[in-house]
Amino acid sequence: MKRYNIRIAGVGGQGVVTSAHILGNAMSAAGKYATLVPFFGSEKRMAPVEAYVRVSDQPIYEVGEVVYPNVIMIYHPQVITHGKSYTMPFYTGLKENGLILINSDADIIPDEDKKVLEDLNARIYMIPATQIARDIAGTELATNMAMVGLFFGITRLVGLEHIEKALYERFLGGTFVASGGTTALDSAIEKKFKKKQELLAKNMEVIKYTMKLAEENGWVEEEEKKVAT
Amino acid sequence: MPDQRVVEPEYLLLEAPREKKFITGSQAFAEAVKRANVDIAIAYPITPQSETMHLVGDLYAQGYVKDYYRAEEEYGAMSAIAGAVRGGARAFTATSGPGLLRGLEAIVSWPGHRIPVVLGVMTRVVNAPLSIQPDNIEISYLLNAGLVVLHAENQQDVFDFTLAGFVISEKVDVYLPVVVATEGFFVTHAKGYVQMPSEDMKLPPRDPYKAPVPPTDCEIPPARIQRDAPVQKSNFMSYLIHAVWQQEVWSANRRAMKWIYKYLGGPVEVVNPDAEVFIVASGCAAAQGREAQRYAEQEGLPVGLVKVKSLRPFPEKEVREALKNAKAVIVPEHNIVGWLAKEVKSVIPNSGIVIDGPRVYGGMTLPVELIMEEIYKALGIKKEKKTVV
Repeated sequence: MKRYNIRIAGVGGQGVVTSAHILGNAMSAAGKYATLVPFFGSEKRMAPVEAYVRVSDQPIYEVGEVVYPNVIMIYHPQVITHGKSYTMPFYTGLKENGLILINSDADIIPDEDKKVLEDLNARIYMIPATQIARDIAGTELATNMAMVGLFFGITRLVGLEHIEKALYERFLGGTFVASGGTTALDSAIEKKFKKKQELLAKNMEVIKYTMKLAEENGWVEEEEKKVAT
Repeated sequence: MPDQRVVEPEYLLLEAPREKKFITGSQAFAEAVKRANVDIAIAYPITPQSETMHLVGDLYAQGYVKDYYRAEEEYGAMSAIAGAVRGGARAFTATSGPGLLRGLEAIVSWPGHRIPVVLGVMTRVVNAPLSIQPDNIEISYLLNAGLVVLHAENQQDVFDFTLAGFVISEKVDVYLPVVVATEGFFVTHAKGYVQMPSEDMKLPPRDPYKAPVPPTDCEIPPARIQRDAPVQKSNFMSYLIHAVWQQEVWSANRRAMKWIYKYLGGPVEVVNPDAEVFIVASGCAAAQGREAQRYAEQEGLPVGLVKVKSLRPFPEKEVREALKNAKAVIVPEHNIVGWLAKEVKSVIPNSGIVIDGPRVYGGMTLPVELIMEEIYKALGIKKEKKTVV
């Protein structure tokens, strides 16, 4: 059984929760299982935000926040450098042989923490996700997409088509009714739809890029190297 | 709203083809109400219950529920429910934590008044400091009132227990309120797969004359004992009448067991019955226990699970039987007092094998890892712990 218990930590405005939904929807689109835990707090821009996702090829029974993750995804360097996290240090509860994905353009893990993570046999992958989002999608808002791409690029849990379906559901699901309304309304909807389609395409480009990045760097997980359950 | 045809409870609950939907626990409550031919729903909002009763309000707007209103507060809601049910209606309401305690005086009078109704309880911290999180200590307040109390593990249980709850509560030999409790947020606000029969079917309407206590008849208990002198005075007759009535309520509670077997497949579910170490759990602690049992099995450890679906009537015989060869019993709970551990200890001859816990409270998550630790301890396995917490 492949099971990833993921804790995503970022700051308000980065789309931490949105990307948790996309991770879950992509698993569902691939006919696999996912549960996500909405965290109820008073999140605001640049304040710490966490989301929890469990993904597996088997049914998932347990509920609640992920206290002992085997995957930690850090969407903003300030989670580590400024302690913008519900759990300090950022790797609290991490299991042995776990996976840490960090958005940063510089090595920001203090040496003493590195030693602990080495003892836990954690694999750490760092990418400049915000820069990638800016370069490819023209907006920092696609940072979360870069991280989603990196996760699926490493784990290969789902195909590109499943991620695309998940994005479609999230950004276009239920909002476009081709047959309804007057012509004027139709054109307004179409314009909005076109904008959303462009957004979706850009997001997909970012995801494809980081997936490829994982492959080029040899980060793709072999079956026998899969993370501990 | 589609035209709903009335079908027999046996067909709707046990035989009708089902379709899989991915829905929240709140939606599962509403989907059950949709198929239950409910006459009236009355509620007062409180987090995390509000979403459920909002959805039931939508059902009223769509025509599935005949009447619906927001009461002045929980005492009013629970009293009005009693009135509606005594008048012959099928009713549904729900509440959470502090709201439950506010309505409790009315709620604990329901069994004595023989009020067949379904009450959804979405657990929430009840004591100070204030919190909206799913501590389930409030369930312990419900265990000594004569109510039938079912505890749902997940969204599927919520649907099945609620729909069956209406049928069980109205059985002439039961005729008691049925509580369907589940953890707030963990179940009510999270999505899970639920198998449901088509929404174009519903239960037969309530037949208020099929009852041990005919509605609005003031010459028959309990109306008469409320009105007449004997119970209003402190004399031997009043003690006797009340005593007999309590006996009858608890007998009725025990008689619910056969219907729990019929409609819910029994009051317990046992996984790996030949195990040495058992996890006994109810509600979403059973989900955590199920996960722990699976991990233990993967490690080749002799661990089983006893999920308790019905807290009242409590499955004394079934729990005793399931644990007869157990060497250790782990009881994970979402409250500080350990009400389930006490129940389990009270029905087995060797209560010393029961490990009190693990417990979390204040509404926090119950990590499967805590249960695994108890399993290792019970089996004498030493694990090196590297995790930084």
